[in-house]
Amino acid sequence: MAESTPHVPDVDLDLAIEHGLTEEEYNWIVDALGRTPTFVELGIYSVMWSEHCSYKNSLALLKTLPNEGDQLLVEAGEENAGLVDIGEGLGVAFKIESHNHPSAVEPYQGAATGVGGIHRDIFTMGARPICALNSLRFGSLEEPRVRYLFDGVVRGIGDYGNSFGVPTVAGEVYFDDAYEGNPLVNAMSVGIVDSDRIASAAADEAGCQVYIVGSSTGRDGIHGATFASEEISEESEEKRPSVQVGDPFQEKLLLEATLEALKAEVVAGIQDMGAAGITSSSFEMTASSGTGMDLHLDRVPVRESKMTPYEIMLSESQERMLIVCKKGREEELKAIFEKWDLNAQHIGEVTDTDRVRVFWHGDVVADLDPHHLAAGEGAPVYERETEEPNYLAATRAFDASSVEDVTAETAEDALVGLLAAPNIASKRWVFEQYDTMVRTNTVVGPGPSDAAVVRVKGTDRGLAVKTDCNGRYVYLNPRRGAQIAVAEAARNVTCAGGRPMAITNCLNFGNPYKPEVYWTFEQAIRGMSDACEALETPVTGGNVSFYNEHPEGAVFPTPTIGMLGIVDDVTEHSTTSAFQDEGDVLFLLTPDAWTHRDDIGGSEYLASLHGMTTGDAPHLNLEEERAVQDAMLTLIRDGCVHHAHDVSDGGLAVALAESAIHGGVGAKVDLGTADDLRTDAVLFGEAQSRIAFSTTADDADRAERLLAEHPGIGVHRVGTVGGDHLRMELGGATLLNVPVDRLASTYESAIPDKMNA
Amino acid sequence: MTFGVIVFPGANCDHDAYHAAKHVFGQDARFIWHEDESVGDVDVVIVPGGFSYGDYLRSGAVARFSPVMQDVIRFANEGGLVLGICNGFQILCEAGLLPGTLMRNDNLRFRCKHATLRVENNQTPFTGAMRAGQVVSFPIAHGEGRYFADDDVLADLDAHDQIVFRYADGDGNVTAEANPNGSAENIAGIVNRQGNVLGLMPHPERCVESLLGGGDDGALVFQSLIEHAGAVAA
Repeated sequence: MAESTPHVPDVDLDLAIEHGLTEEEYNWIVDALGRTPTFVELGIYSVMWSEHCSYKNSLALLKTLPNEGDQLLVEAGEENAGLVDIGEGLGVAFKIESHNHPSAVEPYQGAATGVGGIHRDIFTMGARPICALNSLRFGSLEEPRVRYLFDGVVRGIGDYGNSFGVPTVAGEVYFDDAYEGNPLVNAMSVGIVDSDRIASAAADEAGCQVYIVGSSTGRDGIHGATFASEEISEESEEKRPSVQVGDPFQEKLLLEATLEALKAEVVAGIQDMGAAGITSSSFEMTASSGTGMDLHLDRVPVRESKMTPYEIMLSESQERMLIVCKKGREEELKAIFEKWDLNAQHIGEVTDTDRVRVFWHGDVVADLDPHHLAAGEGAPVYERETEEPNYLAATRAFDASSVEDVTAETAEDALVGLLAAPNIASKRWVFEQYDTMVRTNTVVGPGPSDAAVVRVKGTDRGLAVKTDCNGRYVYLNPRRGAQIAVAEAARNVTCAGGRPMAITNCLNFGNPYKPEVYWTFEQAIRGMSDACEALETPVTGGNVSFYNEHPEGAVFPTPTIGMLGIVDDVTEHSTTSAFQDEGDVLFLLTPDAWTHRDDIGGSEYLASLHGMTTGDAPHLNLEEERAVQDAMLTLIRDGCVHHAHDVSDGGLAVALAESAIHGGVGAKVDLGTADDLRTDAVLFGEAQSRIAFSTTADDADRAERLLAEHPGIGVHRVGTVGGDHLRMELGGATLLNVPVDRLASTYESAIPDKMNA
Repeated sequence: MTFGVIVFPGANCDHDAYHAAKHVFGQDARFIWHEDESVGDVDVVIVPGGFSYGDYLRSGAVARFSPVMQDVIRFANEGGLVLGICNGFQILCEAGLLPGTLMRNDNLRFRCKHATLRVENNQTPFTGAMRAGQVVSFPIAHGEGRYFADDDVLADLDAHDQIVFRYADGDGNVTAEANPNGSAENIAGIVNRQGNVLGLMPHPERCVESLLGGGDDGALVFQSLIEHAGAVAA
């Protein structure tokens, strides 16, 4: 076989192990084939059975997540992304995906191609991307290397998204030493599709011709999927060639050409080429359709001469798609791509052989059963050993009395200190580098809101979208931490005026072969299930990224949640977190069982001001959460809410300060009495399920009457919006009285000061 | 009136300009493909924002050679109204329809935010609905928006009232702090000597509906054009 191919190494166990396969896995391959695989076949197996493509260490647990609901148009995992019915004949496709490993060694291209890859997942379904989000995590900004990574990632996201022409509307940026050396870069795309025009990754009919469209194929990104399936190490710098190079202009052309081809109904099936390029697209399409495919790699347009079939098969060159053309429509397909100056090269045919056969100048270089390669079919599925990590004994034993409480003398400095903490401070330095408005749908962009709101042109509706996860909580209590990630994302969407509908997730964890890591993974999956069931937001899909480690250990377990909500009336219901008018009445909405809690565990206050990552994750009861969110949405839909902001990182004091900063107006707040509670817990504790909101003075009574009909919640009038100071009283004494100007300048300058230092 | 919006590969604000003209102001609007050799029967040509041909060279440097731009030049020289926004401004400068050039922002970063502008000249077809000295707020979104021209050209622009918008603070003061990109003399937008070709870096088409936040001052540009067309017709 394959005599005409130059430089083909002999395939043996050593070579298989070099490819990242285990001895056991290699033996399964040899047994299944009844022969030694060819070099190309070994390459195919190594990427298809890599963690990144096969989900071999996560699939069993992922299947336990709730993935059903009337609102879903496709089930989780069935297509490239989740699809939610928003009515009026429209669906929303959305998905989040990691690009952590590439970004760790080449931040600019790593982040850029992360953005490009996730958009392709959306438009390969026939949806036009309407907005992008991202969720980023880095080590401490005090480190020059971290500033380099942060700067490169932000530029990469900006340059790709800005040129592609889709607004980046929301996201989050966290800094913690735990992410040093292994930043997390999770990108999310949201698109709109006509419900009757959804494209599918199908290769159903034998005899249909197969085309590769978009960019030509180069040597970039070979073995990217394998690289993403191992730990970052000192040697990772050498993996730079595994990082792909992005071209947003080609992506823009590919988007327009693809949507035009789908509209012309010449496409029978389409699959984007992300990880593992031609390999994954051809094998996944045929495995799911129960067909086969013949591919002639010598016909693939290449960027470099002398590329081998192995390289072409494994290249992760960006901005490419595999299209199965409807019979007799080939010339139309080619004309559309030609109009957009793109390749549409005929490289093969769908067959009924149940084999994917790969040819090189007429010789067969691979002949494999797609089912044996596919995730959840022939690919291995493992359940790994679990063990509760030792550190939890210490963090659970945390005793708050070891921390000095704040007083009226120290509270102001503490608040200002928290507003200067990079995790809380304004991310303007980041989001001003993103085009947040292109396509003129952004109703509420980044900054003064818990979630972004984009309108859906031609309807009254909007989408409220948010990414969220506090990795510190998950580290301290994986199950509750994951519950909080879902609950907070839903609360954010609710505060913006949306009804939470469904989530996509990006599960960033360490090495799954470490029992402690796998235990946190299992617990986090359970927590996510708990919350998604309680809030009726099924999981539509997502991505798992293991091996997020560096020489000092694993990153915080970080199951990032991408939440999609629907705003029924985008003109009336969109709500921001900014205080609006002088004289507005300020309320605090809480569960009925409690208003404040003696809870500083896992807080930003402990981490930033006391240097402690300890205690339990903050309090969360999912029934309470549901009651609070339902009440809030009712009130917003009634039209009497002027601003709404949930209590999260930095606690109640920071939530109120942020609303004052965004609104450019102060407030007088009376927090009541809390004699038996720590003052820092009242001000900065992060107990969940609380929302501060305001109404006009005229609407205040009506708001209280409406909320009185809601069980399970407490509503407290806590003050009035107005003046140029934020003043807070507790137990009849003034704790804080700070000029809003001072809060704002601290909040705005913290990150620019560090980056420009 | 009829708006023609040029579609270059890589343009990404073409739909926004079209949406504003067609759906917000109820005018006729059509797309013009970059390979077309005529702009057709339109009253105003919008050269939209985006990254024409990827803009991997200098912004707008490739687009000026497209077939349709040859006809835009003819159209402009015959007195047709041409509005270049952001990348469109860059293309008009490259095509020689407007003097000067746009360079990397002084902070070397892409910048997207609302900017306040002072109206320096309301005697153009694009600004007739504004007051001289009025402060308007338009979004900016560009990495290469620093207007540059040599001193003679700047003096010439000034002498002929060709500077239409300057970056200014909310009170209309032209200050260094209000200049988001380091543009010479805070220039945000200029017209040609004849006054029928306007190029500006800010995006009026992004602020024509108050729903999107940041006001609807951009509507004044479209209203000016529509009123101008009405006056010419009458």
